[in-house]
Formats: sequence, C-alpha cells, structure tokens
Amino acid sequence: MMFIVYLTVVALIGIGLYAIIFKRNLIKIVIGVSLVECAANLFLVSLGYKEGGVAPIFTMAPHENMVLPTPQALTLTSIVIGVAVTALMLSFAMNYYKSYGTLDATKGRLKG
Amino acid sequence: MIFEHAPALIIAFPLLTSFAVPILNRFGEKFRNFFVLLSLLFSLFFVLTLAPQVYSHGVIVYTFGSTSPGITLPSGYSMPIRITFTIDGMSIFMAFIASIVSISGLIYSWGFLKKERVGMDKFYSLLLLMSVGMYGMIFTGDLFNMFVFLEILSIASCALIAFWVHKGETSEAAFKYMVVSSIAALFMLIAVGIFYGQYNALNIAAIASMINYNLLDKIALSLLIVGLAMKAGAVPMHMWVPDAYGQAPAPITMMLVAASQASLYALFRTCFTLFGLRLDVAMVGWIIIILGILSMFVGVTMAIPQKDIKKLMAYHSVSQTGYMLLGVGVGLAVMNDPIAFQTYGMKAMEGSIFHIINYALYKGLLFLTAGAIFYKLKTRNLDEMGGIAHNMPLTTLFFIIGALAIAGIPPLNGFASKFLIYESVYRFNPLLSIIAMVVSVLTLASFVKVFHSAFMGPKMKKNVREAPRAMLLGMAIIAILIIIFSLFPAMVVRTIVDPAVIALANQGNYISAVMGGI
Amino acid sequence: MREMSRIVRTVSHIMFPFVIMFGFYLVVHGHLTPGGGFQGGAIIASGLALLIVAYSRSRVKKVVKKEVLTTIESSGLLMFIGLAFLGIGATFFYNFLANSGIIFGDSVAYGINPGNLNTAGTLPLMSIAVGLEVLAGLSIIILMLAIGSLAGEGSR
Repeated sequence: MMFIVYLTVVALIGIGLYAIIFKRNLIKIVIGVSLVECAANLFLVSLGYKEGGVAPIFTMAPHENMVLPTPQALTLTSIVIGVAVTALMLSFAMNYYKSYGTLDATKGRLKG
Repeated sequence: MIFEHAPALIIAFPLLTSFAVPILNRFGEKFRNFFVLLSLLFSLFFVLTLAPQVYSHGVIVYTFGSTSPGITLPSGYSMPIRITFTIDGMSIFMAFIASIVSISGLIYSWGFLKKERVGMDKFYSLLLLMSVGMYGMIFTGDLFNMFVFLEILSIASCALIAFWVHKGETSEAAFKYMVVSSIAALFMLIAVGIFYGQYNALNIAAIASMINYNLLDKIALSLLIVGLAMKAGAVPMHMWVPDAYGQAPAPITMMLVAASQASLYALFRTCFTLFGLRLDVAMVGWIIIILGILSMFVGVTMAIPQKDIKKLMAYHSVSQTGYMLLGVGVGLAVMNDPIAFQTYGMKAMEGSIFHIINYALYKGLLFLTAGAIFYKLKTRNLDEMGGIAHNMPLTTLFFIIGALAIAGIPPLNGFASKFLIYESVYRFNPLLSIIAMVVSVLTLASFVKVFHSAFMGPKMKKNVREAPRAMLLGMAIIAILIIIFSLFPAMVVRTIVDPAVIALANQGNYISAVMGGI
Repeated sequence: MREMSRIVRTVSHIMFPFVIMFGFYLVVHGHLTPGGGFQGGAIIASGLALLIVAYSRSRVKKVVKKEVLTTIESSGLLMFIGLAFLGIGATFFYNFLANSGIIFGDSVAYGINPGNLNTAGTLPLMSIAVGLEVLAGLSIIILMLAIGSLAGEGSR
C-alpha cells in the first residue's frame, strides 16, 4: 500500500524536475517547482500514516492509536513556505513579462 | 541571567526589529535606521558574550519552550522533542562572519541607496530577515529547522536581488536564484523526511547517535550534498552565481556571499556532525575535493574574459568556494587515519575554515568597491572605466587591499589561509596543491587586469568624486578587519579557527551535549 | 477584468460573511481542532479573492487599503514575537500562561470532552497572531498580483 505512495512521490519529483529543466515557459517552471514541493509534502504526510490510527485531536479520541502529529506539522510548515515561494516566483515572472514581453526563458538578457 | 538566553536573543532582536520596521518607518528615516543598526549591534554583542562560554564549555545547548535552557531531554524521554539550538566553535565562528557582514552591509546601504524613495522599509526588514536566516541556519541543532531558516534566507535574498524591480534583468536573476534555492531546499526536505521515517527524530545529535549509513541514508546524503552545494555555488550548479551576484545591489551581494557560506556550513555540518566517521570518508571526501577543484578552475577561467566588473568578481567567488571545499574535503578524506589527520588533515581544515572568514571579508570588500564605482559611474562595464584612482583614492586603496588579499600576496590574510591549504594538501596529493597555486596566479592576473583598466590611466573627463561617507565607513570596517587578520594570522587561527576545527572533528562531544552524558 | 454577472455578485455577497466567519472560527479553535492560524488566515484571504473575482479589481482596491493590511501584518508578527519574549523568564517561547489560571490558563481535561476554549496558555494567542499575519500577508499577495497584472506597478 505505502509502496504506491512512495512510487507516486518519485514520479512527481521526476515530472517536476523534467518541467524545470526542459520547459522554457517560466510559468511551467513554476509549476515544476510546485510539483516537486507537492512530492515532498506527500512524502512527509505519508510518513505519519499508521494502520488503524486516529487523528491526533486531543478532545475527541481515545489515548491509544493516536498518530503522531509531527509529520503533519512539518507538512504544514512546508506548505506555508511553498505559498511564499510560489507567490514570489510568480511575481518575478510577471516582472519578466512586463519588461521583455515574453515568458520564454531563452529570451533572457543574462547569459550567466 | 540574560546571558543565558544569548542564543535566542541573537535571533530575536533582528526578528523583532524586522517586524517592527513598517511601524518604525512612520517616525522617520533616521529613527528607523538607528533601530535597525541597534538590533544588529545587540546581536553582535550577544555573539561576543556567547563566544567565551562556548570556548570554555565546548558546546552550548538552548532549548526553546522548556523550563530551563539546558534541559534537552524532558524527564521520561530519551529523544529531544523540543527545538534546540546547539552552538559549538564552528557555529560561533560563522556567527562572527554573519554579524560583521550584516553590520557593514547595513551601514554601506545607507549611502548606496540614499536616492531610493520607495520600498526602503521593506529593504531593511528583508535585510534583517536575511541576517536572521543566517544566524538561524548556523545555530540550529535541528534539521527541519535548518530547512526553514534556509528558506527564510533564500526568500529574503531573492526579494532583495530584485530590489530594482523596474529592470527586467533583476527579476530574471532572482527567478533563477529562487528556482535553484527552492529545489535545493526541497531536496533537503526530502532528506529530512527520509531521516524522520527511519529514526523518528529531527534533532541532528539524535539522528547522529543512531545513524547506520544504509542505502536510504546514502540517498539522503547525496540529496543533501547536491542541494547544499547548489546553494553554495559549487561548479556544476554555479549558473545562478554570476547573475544573482551581478544584479543585486552591492550590499546585498556581500550578504549573499555570507549566505552561501551558511550553506557551506550546513554541508560541513552534514558531513562531519550528522554522519561523522560512519561515512565512507575517503569517497565523500574525494567527491568534495573534485567539486572544489572543478569550482576553482572553472570559476577562474570563466572570470578572466569577463567585461562586467561584478560578474567577474562573482566568478571569482565560485573559484574561492573551491578552496574551502578542497581543504575540508582533504580533512574529511583522511579522517579515518588518525596519524594523517593529525599531521596534515587538521591543517587543511584549519586553512579552509580560516579561508571562509578571509573570503567573506575580502570578497565583501571587493563587491562594495565595485558598488561604489557603479554608484558614481553608473556602469559596470570595465571598458567604460579608467583613471578612477585620480577621483576616488580611498576606494582605490580598499580595492587594492581586497585584490591583494584575494590573490594571496604574502602580507595579507588571503596568503595566510591559502598557504595553510597548499602546504597540507601537498602532503595529501601534490597535484591538487599545484592546481590550487595555478588558480591563485590566474586570480592575480585577472585582478591586475581590473586594476589596470578601471583604476589606472588618464584622468576621466567626467567630474567624479569620492563615494559618500556611509559607504566609505562600511568599506573601512571590513578593510580594518582584513588588516588585523593579516597582521596576526597565528593569533586568529589559535583563538577562533582552531576551536571551529576541533568542534567539527569531534562528533561525540556534540552528541553528548544534546543527548546527555554517554 | 470587468465585474461578473449579478448572480455571481449576489452569491458572493451572501457567501462572504460565512467565509470570513469560518476563517475566524478556525483561527480561534486552533488549539482544539484541526486548523489554526495559517489555515484560518488563508480562508479569510480567500474571501478577498472571491470579492476580486466577483467585482472588479479596481473596485476592491479602493475598499481594501494596502497600508491597513501592512499594519495588521506587522502587528500580528510583533504579537507573536512579543509572546515569545514574554516567556524569557524560563526560556524563549516558554508557555508561561499554561495552567496558571488566568487568561487561557485552565488545565486540559483528559478523555473525550467537548473541549474548553480557555486552555493551552499562549498557544491560542499565538494562533490569533499568526492568523492576523497570514490573512493580511496573503491578502496583500493576492491584491498585488491582481493589480500588478492590470497596471504598471510591481508586486513588492
């Protein structure tokens, strides 16, 4: 069962890196970064999975079989950071479009 | 005792001020600038008070949210569950760099960005956040926390690279840097997930005490090395360096240099403290050495034909990063062999860690002089410069100090650290040492070219004056430190570099400080 | 983008208070039920996104002032770090209000119970601080991206 989740994680990382490396459109690159981020989040959440466990809500559950909330807290933190990163990258893409009139990464003026 | 809380306060003061800047801004520019400087001075003060404690105790632990800072293991637990800061000689060494660079960068930007009207409040809050990110990465004893601070650092620095938003190039450079650093951080996050899945721990010391170097750990190690080397700007992943360093405002470029050093610190922390001797030291050591050699050589050969002064310096920083990787890689490669480690491995690490602080200082100074030239001449192209020495004598003096230091000319500090590296690496493998020397000669050649085409020659027709006083003060702070380091290299190595090397090499101390006496 | 049709506007008019209320519910109950500062704040900010979609961007821009949002954002952050500072008697971030009997100071009952809002010490206060910060921060991001694609102003 968990095998499928880990396979999905690897596949998502692969697709994301493909988009980042081979796509020219900046928005597609942003999508690629978001995909890798989704893979990392999925991986973290799946680490916290436990057969027959209950959600860690203190007032609603019996003491036994409660899953540890740490991986969920980690995932949440990484989602928050991901929002900031995506917003920042989209605004850079917007500025790029405004100044160059295109979203094509190969039309950039910096040849690093 | 307030000094007991020094590790938390070092981060808390800049963080508090950074959040308060939009409010402080209402009371006027001078008032805001004063408070920003004050918070950084507070941090420096606490770093200086923390240093003697660290040097006498070895490792200082600070646990957030517990009843007393020293309690890492609450009663009944065998694993640290709270966020801890673990500060040893290496962390405090990096903290010196972070505080010096932030303070002089701040003072410099008072002059450099005087004419900017919009967004200065955001500039200062992001600058403080960058400094918080550096301190956090350096002090934290928790892998996930390190990821969070890495992201704070990269978000703040990306926003600052694109400070001049109306130019498309800055957005392009910032986008590039953001993609690279978010991929690096996500690699790190996946590695953290792998460790958490296996050992149920996030604390570096807790993981280090349990790690067994199986296949999953190897995957995590390679993810960490790739990610952090990418952020530090080592060669196969260096394409963001010239763009980001070239487009950012000069004080931010200097901060970015220190930010790359923080990633380098995280890389060393991973290799030495997290894995330690369980690592396949010879192989990982050679990987780091090869990364270093490639960075040194490719960086300097790319730098020589550059026409843009900041881009040229950026390629040199790729090349200088190589020296640090080389020295530490040699140290790591011989760690299994106590005799070799004592005779030259230790020296190699000493050299490259001493090089970290020297590099941060002289590279920072060079970027600041380039910024001063850009501020006055409005160009970064070397062909359009000439005869600046007539107009800006002090800037020229600072440039000469920086350029001689980077090229490793004897009385200056660059020579001291490079000599330690040559000497010890020669005993490990003579060829590596010879490559390092050749790179040093090429560096000198390239800076002679810059000096000749920008500073020498007939007086310029344009009436150019010396840079504003705040900028000169920012440069002078660093130049004075360089001169002090050049005059007393042995003392500096003894007082701050040696404890850092010992802290890196002694993994057991770090673990027992957090996990209790083992 | 022009205003959308009357149906959309009416529905979003009805939905908007509920979205905001749900967001605040999540923020305040952060220490008892799933949710908390970030989730609640994000939902409140999505209420603003609803308004931007339903009405025109320029009209929303006139009502929602960026300066107000910036002030809310930094006051939320200051409240968060201030609470951390207040714990400095023991350590930074120490939960000095827990089990103390004053505000949010009740001790938590064991077993299955409906949940007492007045527990958990500084955690609900921090949740509220984070909620304020996130609602303002995300609103600024949404607003700036929406306006930025309209006029020649940067998103910073």
